[in-house]
Amino acid sequence: MKHHHATLPAPVAGDLGAELISRYGAGLRRRYLILVALGVVTILLALQGVAVGAYDLSPYKVLLILLGQGEGAQSVVVFNIRLPRIVAAIVTGWGLGLSGLVTQSLLRNPLASPFTLGMSHGAAFGAAFAIVFLGAGAVSTSALYSAGSGDFMFSSLYAVTLMAFAGAMAATAVIILLARMRQMSASAVILAGVAMSSLFMSGTILIQYFATEVEIATVVFWTFGDVARSNWREILLLAVATLLVSAYFLRRRWDLNALLAGEETAQALGVHVTRLRLLGMFLASLLVALATAFHGIIAFLGLLAPHISRRLVGGGHRLLVPCSGLVGAVLLLAADTVGRLVVGSGSLPVGVLTSFMGAPLFLYLLLKGRRL
Amino acid sequence: MTLEAKGLHFYYNGQPVLRGLNLSLEHGEITGILGVNGAGKSTLLRCLNRILRPQKGVVMVEDRDLSKLGGEQIARLIGYVAQSQEREPLSVFDAVLLGRKPHIKWQATSHDLDVVTTVLTQMGLEPLALRQVSSLSGGEAQKVVIARALAQEPHLLLLDEPTSNLDLRNQLEVMELLMQAVRSQGLGAAVCLHDINLALRYLDRLVLMKQGQVHSLITPDELNADMIRQVYGVEAVLAEVEGHRVVIPRSATPREPARPATQVPTQEKA
Repeated sequence: MKHHHATLPAPVAGDLGAELISRYGAGLRRRYLILVALGVVTILLALQGVAVGAYDLSPYKVLLILLGQGEGAQSVVVFNIRLPRIVAAIVTGWGLGLSGLVTQSLLRNPLASPFTLGMSHGAAFGAAFAIVFLGAGAVSTSALYSAGSGDFMFSSLYAVTLMAFAGAMAATAVIILLARMRQMSASAVILAGVAMSSLFMSGTILIQYFATEVEIATVVFWTFGDVARSNWREILLLAVATLLVSAYFLRRRWDLNALLAGEETAQALGVHVTRLRLLGMFLASLLVALATAFHGIIAFLGLLAPHISRRLVGGGHRLLVPCSGLVGAVLLLAADTVGRLVVGSGSLPVGVLTSFMGAPLFLYLLLKGRRL
Repeated sequence: MTLEAKGLHFYYNGQPVLRGLNLSLEHGEITGILGVNGAGKSTLLRCLNRILRPQKGVVMVEDRDLSKLGGEQIARLIGYVAQSQEREPLSVFDAVLLGRKPHIKWQATSHDLDVVTTVLTQMGLEPLALRQVSSLSGGEAQKVVIARALAQEPHLLLLDEPTSNLDLRNQLEVMELLMQAVRSQGLGAAVCLHDINLALRYLDRLVLMKQGQVHSLITPDELNADMIRQVYGVEAVLAEVEGHRVVIPRSATPREPARPATQVPTQEKA
């Protein structure tokens, strides 16, 4: 993006104005640098993430293999096993970080996130429902071990995704309705989210009584998210959706900023608040549904990423949108890599680690009780 | 004439709030909208810029019917300062730059930045420009909100109680800045105010509202004790102190039914 420089003529404000614009531009450039740095960290973490595992590789070797310089076995390990997992972590982390930001901004609620609003649990319930009752699970055991065995069949992929979306949307609809009632405070909306989560979780457990053993295994993995089972088709779907949704919110960054100043002020600045809120929550639900259908419930990531991002680049959405995505990606990559290192040959689901990071932040925000 | 509203009706939950209200605002003049709580002052302002949609009536701004314009088109005509303000997590510069939103297609141009610096200078906010809005005092934050409305380069300003949370000094400063902006740029302006004395001192015309209608449209010189009794239900005297007319309230009249002042033995109000 273009910057505005000190050389701009400032006919009315004069030299002081030019100097101010120059200082403003410098601040903006500094924050862009943070964004670039985050991008570099993501790439380094990704290389490290691909290198770590039973078949030991150095990050440099990984780079060579990615550039097409690898031998047969190494290439297979990297491209078929490690890389899908790493790319999935980046895309999922970005998607959840972005949906977290968007729910916080649209509902003007610092405690909001896909996890705390019950959207994640809604999506998991929908996916479980599809597997057990719509027969999507017959072939979807691959969701568990997709790296080695066959892929999700296309039809079941859609059934699971669609039902996950329906579940996430159900939670979202309840939240929007409740948030519309003016007297409802930010924490009260989150309490409603807790109730919804609990309801959907009970539903998911209930479903297991009607499931076969294989189906149960598939359903259980949703309770603690993991990026271990990823395949390129799912990743591509999630990546395309994430890219489009990111572009939409980047386009709408002025509207999101205006909403920070209050609903009435946003309206007076020409923002169609209701339309923005409904469409925005719809798109956020879509990302959450895809991420959850493929990788389970990854707790608190959507809460963490935007709060860290505000600390890094401030409250403006031009930088917050990409930054929340990047921070989400970095966090999930780091959680996945650490999870693999800690437990030796197996791996700790990323959801466990993001919970350890996210729950304290949530409590802190609750104590601080400030508006967004 | 910058704004003309005719026959505005607004119902909230079936209850009439505005009842066939007419109003016009002139360039370079500030009109005060006065009345008791619930008289419909805030509702009127919101109907004038279509944050609320009046069920009946027409609002014309610069001879354009607002009901035929989109949100951004209206935002290029009318700047609005809401009563309750959020402290957005932005720098003062970015908060004021938001006012350029109705003019910005994809990205702020150098012209947008120039407008912002000009307004910041006008409002004396330049030293604070890179501070966070959340770190400002109440008076400073209110000036930021007004600066944002001015950065919209509107033809008309609507302000809902812009001084209600400010100390005496900031009240005067904000009113002076408003006067200056309205006079120098020839804007039309309407301000809801509870403080009659502030209104008498600074405003060009007063609209006294009662039960969703205009009770009287006057200049500050024409305000008298009868009007105050009828509109506010308060016995008051008007005096002149150092060239300024001031209202000194004496007592509240009984709520129902309104009776002559001599029969009202209620306690004095400050």
